Amino acid sequence: MRIRILRHFREGFKNLIRNGWMTFASLSAVGITLLILGVTLVIAMNAQQMSNYITGQLQVNVFYKMTATPSQEKQTIAEIEAMPGVKSVQFVSKQQEFKDLQKSIGSQYNDVLSGLSANNTLPDKLIVKAVDPRKTVALGESIAKLPQVDKVQDGSDIANKLFRFLDVVRNIGLAFVIGLVITAMFLISNTIKITIFSRRREIEIMRLVGATNWFIRWPFLTEGILIGAIGAAIPFAAIFFAYRAAYTKVGGAFMSIAFPLMPIGSIGSKLALVLFGLGLFIGIWGGIMSVRKFLKV
Amino acid sequence: MIEMQDVWKEYPTGTRALNGISVNIGKSEFVYVVGPSGAGKSTFIKLMYREERPTKGHIFINGFNIERLKNRKVPLLRRSIGVVFQDFKLLPNLTAAENIAFAQEVIGISQRHIKRRVKEVLEWVGLSHKTDVLPSRLSGGEQQRIAVARALVNNPTVIIADEPTGNLDPETSWGIMKLFQRINDRGTTIVMATHNKDIVNTMRKRVIAIEHGQIVRDEVKGTYGYED
Repeated sequence: MRIRILRHFREGFKNLIRNGWMTFASLSAVGITLLILGVTLVIAMNAQQMSNYITGQLQVNVFYKMTATPSQEKQTIAEIEAMPGVKSVQFVSKQQEFKDLQKSIGSQYNDVLSGLSANNTLPDKLIVKAVDPRKTVALGESIAKLPQVDKVQDGSDIANKLFRFLDVVRNIGLAFVIGLVITAMFLISNTIKITIFSRRREIEIMRLVGATNWFIRWPFLTEGILIGAIGAAIPFAAIFFAYRAAYTKVGGAFMSIAFPLMPIGSIGSKLALVLFGLGLFIGIWGGIMSVRKFLKV
Repeated sequence: MIEMQDVWKEYPTGTRALNGISVNIGKSEFVYVVGPSGAGKSTFIKLMYREERPTKGHIFINGFNIERLKNRKVPLLRRSIGVVFQDFKLLPNLTAAENIAFAQEVIGISQRHIKRRVKEVLEWVGLSHKTDVLPSRLSGGEQQRIAVARALVNNPTVIIADEPTGNLDPETSWGIMKLFQRINDRGTTIVMATHNKDIVNTMRKRVIAIEHGQIVRDEVKGTYGYED
């Protein structure tokens, strides 16, 4: 049996060489489809990563009323901690907050700030995180109803817009990719059909001398498998090396500011899985579809 | 060996090719099938290797019941039969030896055995010196010898030939006929559809004449019986 399989791969390979231009056409169809698919996938995965990252950063800033007493503040903390879905509550005193403000504004404005009292300028603050970051907004709303709370900030406006934008990016990419895969399958099945048409005679003779249908089918399948595998390997290599170069260049962060890119390792394995999986699927499908009508006895 | 009982064949187009054929061809017989063009000879031949199925009637070939033969078992029937055609049906991109080897590869014989067997049959048809030549570089007669060698290579019990000398000049045709005679001498059944009056009248064998889809004559050591 092993010898048989080898023979079929040898035949499939010979066919690839023999039908040079057809092979080139099919390979280009698969290769370009998978290249676009791969690039879309890389963008989508990074968009997903970005969205997760931002979600992880979401928090509710809770500002006390200036009149709140320390015991009232403690009670409020207890009430928030008792709310469902709260992950953590962190207390930031007005003094600490003042220092943070000084630090973030920069030393050149120290004069301005030094005229203000560290004890009266800012209210005490709580930083609350939700177990599910997407529920942050709802959490902020219920916290705002507590008596000693003056104001909450949940950063939801920007986050929601971004989420919506990323969802759109992902959906467009998905639709695009599905369309491309279908196009590629038709292209491949057509090219194989043409090669088969030119090998009608060979198939006829094979049947006359008593070849089983599977024996006839196999070389076409291996041909499809080879086209699929090579058609996946080329775009995979291209994307992998391009991504690696880009990743190294920006130091693993998008525009060096906020968002970390997905590491090459995890993107590489997912990309390989999708590209080779789809490449083989397209190739085998094309092979099966194209021999089918010639094998009706 | 070959048995047909009241076989009818009507094509989907409505053409009635065979109208009640019954015949028996035994082991190591040599049979010519003659008759005008379009009389049903080709259909008669095609039924034997199950290229066509009968509309009605029973056919038994080499112990296979054609009615009950499942599609995926057809290859088994074909392996017990060798077929030779007017147009040789060689693969143009394979050499003489590769064309013959093809018939053995298809049924899963190992390369080592194939090599030995191909050498044997090439010698047998007298073309050892053309082993690595492509069909396009061979004469018509040589191409037909290769086709015969391919039909022989799997040791079939029956050889079916559809006008094997139709494309050859008289001298070359005789060479091919001698080859068939030698095959027959070894005990292989031969069924040959032909239009070659000379051959049928000289190399006397059983003659089955088909007209309008019926057997009109079946003679031992018969004659061609038509004026071309």
